[in-house]
Amino acid sequence: MGTPIEWLAKPASVAIVLFARAITAVRAIWPESGMQTRRCVYFANHSSHGDFILIWTVLPPRLRRRVRPVAGADYWLKSPLNSFIGRDVFNAVLIERDREARKEDPVTQMTQALDAGSSLILFPEGTRNLTEQPLQPFKSGLFHLAQARPDIDLVPVWIDNLNRVMPKGEFVPIPLICTVTFGEALHIGETEEKAEFLARAEAALLALAPKRAGD
Amino acid sequence: MGAASADLIHLVLGIFGVLIVASVIGYVLERRLSPDGSNAAIENLNARIKAWWVMVVLIGIAFIAGRAGVILLFAFCSFAALREFMTLINTKRADHWALAAAFFVALPVQYYLLWAEQYGIYSIFIPVYAFLFMPIIAVLRGDTERFLVRIAEVQWALMICVFCASHVPALLTLHIPGYEGRNVLLIAFLVIVVQLSDVLQYVWGKLFGKTKIAPRLSPSKTVEGFVGGVISASLIGAALWWVTPFTPLQAGLLAFVITIMGFFGGLVMSAIKRDRGVKDWGHLIEGHGGLIDRLDSVVFSAPIFFHLVRFWWSLS
Repeated sequence: MGTPIEWLAKPASVAIVLFARAITAVRAIWPESGMQTRRCVYFANHSSHGDFILIWTVLPPRLRRRVRPVAGADYWLKSPLNSFIGRDVFNAVLIERDREARKEDPVTQMTQALDAGSSLILFPEGTRNLTEQPLQPFKSGLFHLAQARPDIDLVPVWIDNLNRVMPKGEFVPIPLICTVTFGEALHIGETEEKAEFLARAEAALLALAPKRAGD
Repeated sequence: MGAASADLIHLVLGIFGVLIVASVIGYVLERRLSPDGSNAAIENLNARIKAWWVMVVLIGIAFIAGRAGVILLFAFCSFAALREFMTLINTKRADHWALAAAFFVALPVQYYLLWAEQYGIYSIFIPVYAFLFMPIIAVLRGDTERFLVRIAEVQWALMICVFCASHVPALLTLHIPGYEGRNVLLIAFLVIVVQLSDVLQYVWGKLFGKTKIAPRLSPSKTVEGFVGGVISASLIGAALWWVTPFTPLQAGLLAFVITIMGFFGGLVMSAIKRDRGVKDWGHLIEGHGGLIDRLDSVVFSAPIFFHLVRFWWSLS
């Protein structure tokens, strides 16, 4: 049994997956070594609020159940609907982005979730990318997390085209085909510096972006 | 459907027979030449045959469901094709409402008008109303960069994926004396001739193909494949006269027009793919690529076939 909210969360997650598939016909592209099945941290480019939904949709249900997106508490607790989707449906690790106001350390929150057996979806750019650049500079969170748990697999994930489906400020999605490309896992080196590691992670992610005519 | 039932059953049995033969050949080839799944051509052939089974069963279900089923099936095809087309074109944020209107207004309205059998409006709704209103919606955002290119691309997407594709179910709206209740067989005739023509061109090309017909557009198309495919598909079309309101000669000539349009439709659509730097339109159908990869020859032949039949055979 459970509370009415828990009862609603399951059908809501099914509806969200079906909706995401109907609009984007999303397709996963796995690396040569195949699908990552161990607990890991997926780190992805961030252009839309729907980014983690797309990753979540292409993962097989067995993996999906233990994946938790890391998301900004300010956005996902803004309204009852946001908080229902963020907290109850996706079980997000909600972090306080405002340094002054926060009581808990985000890296501690993330390591706790990993230690409890969850995988994470992390957007190292911090906020949605609204620039013309393919990728914004990474914030340091990914580095601190990698240092705290050096054994964990860090899997780069490129989400393509979702920014065109629903650009900022629009509320009607345009049906366009999206792909989610998973790369080979990487790990932090024993003596690797912050700048060096973040540059390597950025390059690994950017390498997954598809090349198009005219680009 | 009554009068159409017996002919439809014969046609379906015939198609099942062809698919069973193809499946057996595919199975034997796989056992002999590719037991470990290493021969890409045979793997692709078998993926295609499996996809053909699925497509035939889906079309069959739509036929059994009648007018609503056929219109819904092609509305879905238009939606998936439009999604593939829009994914590949240059759009900007300023086009957002124009794109939304294409998907959520133009497409459903076109299929509703078909359902309502309003020929006077559905035959001009997209080329007149949508073509003028799309640029109006887009211009309201004030972004003039590459304006003509953006508008032209969206208009063409609508033309190919919605307007042309909708002319397949539009065959149901024709009123041909002595052919009442059997129009669904016209769709079967069109689809069978177009698809067999594609397959036969491929087979003839593989067997005897030497002279490339358009090496820059499609390296696999040959003169031998084209001639062999067009002639054999036209003959099969003539042999299918019994499901149509045509004489064998008329059926053969219409099949000839259908296959020629289909061939050049395929060529035009691969020119677009070359320009956009992709091999397939999408990944919807295993072994075939995207939906447009399977539909490209149908969309070019459907409006021409529809209007030829309408002009010479139909009362409406």
